[in-house]
Amino acid sequence: MFGILASIVDGVLVGAVYGLAAMGLTLIWGVMNVINLTHGAMIVAGMFGLFYLTTLGIPAYAALAPVLAGGFAIGIAVYWISVHRVIGRPPLMSLLSTFAMNMVLIGLGTAVWGTALFNVPVALPGITLRGYTFTGTHLMAAVLTASIAGALYLFLYRMRLGKAIRAVASNREAAELNGIPTTQVLALTFALGVALASISGALIATLFPFTVLSGTAYQLKSFVVTVLGGLGNPAGALLGGIALGLLEGLITPFMPVSWTTVIEFVVFVIVLIAFPRGLFAFVRHARTR
Amino acid sequence: MKKLQLLVVAFLCVFASAHVYAAEDTLTIGFTVSQTGPLNLDSIAQLHGFEMWRDDVNAAGGIKAGDKHYKVRFVTYDDQSQPGRVQQLYTRLIAEDKAQFLFSPYSSGLVATATVISEQYGKLMMSIGGAEPQTYRLGNKGLFQTYTPADHYLSGALELVKSKNPTAKIALVYSDDPFSKAVAIATREQSKQLGLSLVLDESYPPNQTDFSAIINKIVSSGADTLLGGGHYPDGATLARQLHDQKANLKWVTLLVAPDSPQFASLGAAAQGISVPSQWAPQVTYKPDFGPTPAEFTKRFQARFNIAPGYHAAGGYGGGLLFQRAIEQSGSIDPAKVAAELDKMNATTLWGATKFSTDPKSHGLQLAHQMVLTQWQMKNGQLVKEVIWPLAAATAPVAYPYH
Amino acid sequence: MRAAEVVRRPTPWLIAAAVLAFALLPLQGNDVGLREDLLLAAVYIILATNLNLMIGYAGYVNFGNIVFFGLGGYVCVWLVNAHAWPLFAAALLAGAVVSVLALCFGFGILRLRGAYFALATIGVNEGVKAFVANFSPWGGSTGIYLSITAYQPLGGPASALWTIYFLLVAVMALSLALSYAVKNSKFGLGLRAIGQNEDAALVLGVPTRRYKAMAYSASAFLPAMAGALFFFKSAFIQPDDAYDLVLSTEAIVAVMLGGQGTIVGPLLGAFLYEELRGTLLTTKAFSNFQLVIAGLLLLVIVQFVPGGLMGWVHRRWPRTKRILE
Repeated sequence: MFGILASIVDGVLVGAVYGLAAMGLTLIWGVMNVINLTHGAMIVAGMFGLFYLTTLGIPAYAALAPVLAGGFAIGIAVYWISVHRVIGRPPLMSLLSTFAMNMVLIGLGTAVWGTALFNVPVALPGITLRGYTFTGTHLMAAVLTASIAGALYLFLYRMRLGKAIRAVASNREAAELNGIPTTQVLALTFALGVALASISGALIATLFPFTVLSGTAYQLKSFVVTVLGGLGNPAGALLGGIALGLLEGLITPFMPVSWTTVIEFVVFVIVLIAFPRGLFAFVRHARTR
Repeated sequence: MKKLQLLVVAFLCVFASAHVYAAEDTLTIGFTVSQTGPLNLDSIAQLHGFEMWRDDVNAAGGIKAGDKHYKVRFVTYDDQSQPGRVQQLYTRLIAEDKAQFLFSPYSSGLVATATVISEQYGKLMMSIGGAEPQTYRLGNKGLFQTYTPADHYLSGALELVKSKNPTAKIALVYSDDPFSKAVAIATREQSKQLGLSLVLDESYPPNQTDFSAIINKIVSSGADTLLGGGHYPDGATLARQLHDQKANLKWVTLLVAPDSPQFASLGAAAQGISVPSQWAPQVTYKPDFGPTPAEFTKRFQARFNIAPGYHAAGGYGGGLLFQRAIEQSGSIDPAKVAAELDKMNATTLWGATKFSTDPKSHGLQLAHQMVLTQWQMKNGQLVKEVIWPLAAATAPVAYPYH
Repeated sequence: MRAAEVVRRPTPWLIAAAVLAFALLPLQGNDVGLREDLLLAAVYIILATNLNLMIGYAGYVNFGNIVFFGLGGYVCVWLVNAHAWPLFAAALLAGAVVSVLALCFGFGILRLRGAYFALATIGVNEGVKAFVANFSPWGGSTGIYLSITAYQPLGGPASALWTIYFLLVAVMALSLALSYAVKNSKFGLGLRAIGQNEDAALVLGVPTRRYKAMAYSASAFLPAMAGALFFFKSAFIQPDDAYDLVLSTEAIVAVMLGGQGTIVGPLLGAFLYEELRGTLLTTKAFSNFQLVIAGLLLLVIVQFVPGGLMGWVHRRWPRTKRILE
C-alpha cells in the first residue's frame, strides 16, 4: 500500500517539473498564438547549460540562475530568427517555422554531442520512509518549481511588464494604441517562455541523465500538460503537470511501466478533442454554472 | 630543357613501375560501427579490436590464401545505432563499395537487420557482438556467431545466487530490446528449474532514464536479488539510481553495462555489481593460434590506454577466426571460406569456438563459455574480478554485493 | 475528366516519363545500387505526394502522417509472418485496413483546426507507436523479423527485391495519378476551398466534414501499401522505425520544398531531398547534418518562399502553371 503512495508522491514531484516546462509553452501560445516547436530544444539547452556550468565547478542549484538568463537570451534570438516574421500569419506557418528551427538546433546538437548520455551528478540526501526513498533531488526540484511558479505569478499580475504582456495577449491592437511597444513585449514574452523551458530542463537534468534527443520526449509531455491545463493558462499548466505526474504515479504500480506512454497519448488525444479548453477550464466552467 | 624533360619522364616511369611491382591484393571487409548513438561505447570498443587485428595481419604481410597475400582493408560507416541505417549502409557496402566479406554491426538488434541484407545478397558475414539466438534460426547460409548465445548469459549468476541463498527472491528487470528479451526468456526458464522464485518480471523501454517507479516496484516486491538491465546507457543509469534510492538488495547482476571500463566512473554505485562477460583479461585460454589473452591485453592497453573489455576481445577474436578460415581453405572464395568455418573447432584468446552446421540454426555458437565478473575494491581502486565459474575465479565472491 | 482531356495536358506525360525513368534506368546493367537509391526516393515521393492531399489541398498539416506507413508495414509483415499470406494480398489488405482506420480516426480528430489538428496527429502517431511497442502479437518493442524463406514465393531474395521495387514504382505512379485526379475533380475543388477558408466553404455548401475525412483516408491508402512493401523488403519492422517522426517530418519538408498544392512539387521536392539525404548519409563530416539542412531549407521556405520550388517557378514564369501543375 505504501508502495502505491510512494509512487504517487514521486509522480507528483516529477509532475511539478513537467508543469514548469509546460508553463513556458503555454505562455507563448496564449500570448501570441504560436506553438513553439523549439520547446524541446530549449529544454535540452537548459540541460546542457547546467551540465557545462557544473563541470566548471559551480554547484548545480547555483547554476540555475545563469541558465535562466542564458535561456532568456537564446529566446530573444530564436524569436527574431524564426518567429517574428510569421506572427499574424496562418498558424501553419509559425508551426512549420518553429519546427524548422527545432530541426536545425537538434541537428547541430547531434552533430556536436552525438547521442551520448550526459549526467549531472547531484548529491542531496533524501528521505527514506519504510524502505522507499524520496531522493533529495526530486524534493528540491519540486520546491524550486513552486518558487518559480510563484515568481511568475507575481510578475504577471503585480508588475507593470507582466501586465503589459497580459494586455498584448488580450488584444494586441488595443495594447499598441495604449502605447505598449507590442513587438518588444512579444519578443520578451517569447524569451520568458524559453527561459522557463530551459530552467525546467536544468531541473530535469538534476534528476535524470539526458541526451540531445531527450527534449522531444519532454516536449511531447509539455503538449499533453498544456492541453490538460488549457492553453495560455500558466496556473493550469502547473496543475496539468501535477495531474500528469499523478496519473503516471497511479499507473506504474499496477501496469508495466511501458504502458504509461500509451495512456498519456490516449488522454492527450481525448482531451484535445473533447476538452479543447483544458480539463481545468472545463471544471471551472462547470463550477460557475 | 629536353634533357630535364627526359629525366622527369624516366623518373616517372621508374616510379610507376615500382608502384606496379608493389601493387598488393586487398581483401575488402565492410561493416558499420555505431560511432554515435546509445551503442557507441561498446561498438567502438569492438572496432578497436577489429583494427588491432587488421594492423597485426597487415604488419605480418596480409592474410595468406594459397600463394597470394591479401592486405585487409576496411570500409566502414556510422550506423548511428539505428536499424534502418544499418540496412541502407550494408546495401551500399555490398552494391557500391564491393565489399567481399562482411563483419556485423554491434548488438543483436543491428546484427539481425544486417543479416537480412547479407543473406539477400548471398554474402558471408562474421557476427560479432550479436548474442540473440533467434537471428540464427531464420534460415541463413553465411552467418557465423562468435558470441555465446543470450540464453546462457545469466545462468552463471543464477547458479551463484542459488549457492549463496537458496530461497532468493529475484526481480528480473530488463530492457525491451531483442538481446535482453532473449536473456530474460532463458532466465525465467532457468530460475524455475533451479527452484528460485521470480517476484518481479518487467521490461522497460531501452531509452528509459527515470527508473524511480521501477525501483519502487522492486522494493514493493520484496526482492533481494536483481538481474537484468540492457546495454550501457540504461544499465549505468539504473545502477546509479539504485544507489540513490537504496533498494534493499543483496545481489545485482546487470547485462553488458558493467563490463565497460567506463562503468567504474560511477564510483560507489558500481561497487559489487556483477556482469556476465563473454571474456575477461584474466582468462587463461591456451590459443591454437594468435596471441594469448595476456599478450592481447598488454598490447591493447599500450595502444588504446584502456584495458580491453569483452567487446574488444570479440572483435579481435572474430577477425582471427575469419583469417584462419581463409588460410585453411587457401582461397578467398566465400563458399570455401564458409566451409572452413563450418568445420572449425578452435581455441583462440577469445576461447573455444565452434559454429552450428544444423541448417535450422546455422552459425549459432556452440562452444564458447561465459564468465561472471564483479567490480570489487582493491587497494582503494575499483577493479573487475572474475568470480564465476569458481574454477576460473580470480577473487572470492562479495556477497551481499555491498 | 475525360480521357481525351487528360492526354492533352502535359502533366500526365511528365508523370509517365518520371515513372518510366524509375522503372527502366536500374534495369540497365542490373544496377542494384541505383535501384536501392531510387527505391528510397520512391518511398519519399509516395509519402510526400499523399501528404500533399492534406497539406497542399485541404491545408491541414498532418505531422504524424508516418503512422499510415508504419501501420501498413505492420499489418503486412504480420500477415506474411504469422499467417503466410502472399505479399500482394497482404499489401492490399494493409492499405485497405489502414485507410478504414484513418476514416474512423479522422472523423474524431478532424474536428480540430490548424495547430490543434497538427498536435493531435502527433499524439496519434506516438500513441500508436507506444501501443504497438506493448502489443506482443506484433512482437512488442522488438518487432517482427521475417525469415529469409519469406522470399521463396517470389523466386528467392534477388528476384524478390526487383519485384518489390517495381511494385513500389507502381504505387508511386498511382500516388501521382491520384494527386492529379483529385486536383482536377470537384472533390479537389472542395478541398482547396476548405484550405482557403473553411468556414466560407461550409457556408457555401461544401460538405467539409465528409471531404476532410475522405482526404485523410485517401492520403492513408498508398502510404500504407508503401509501408507494407518497404518493410517486407527490410524483412523486419519495429516501432521506432515504423513510426519514425523524423521521416514524417522529412515528408513535410519535401512537400514544402517542392511546392505544396502542386503535383510536380512534391515529386520534385521528395526526389531532391532524398538525394541530398543520401549524399549526406555517407559523408563522414555531414552524416548528422541532414536534419540541420532540412531544417534550414524549411525555415527559409516557410519565411520567404512559402510556395516552394514550384511556387517560385510559377510566379517567375506564369506560363508554366499549365504545364507543370
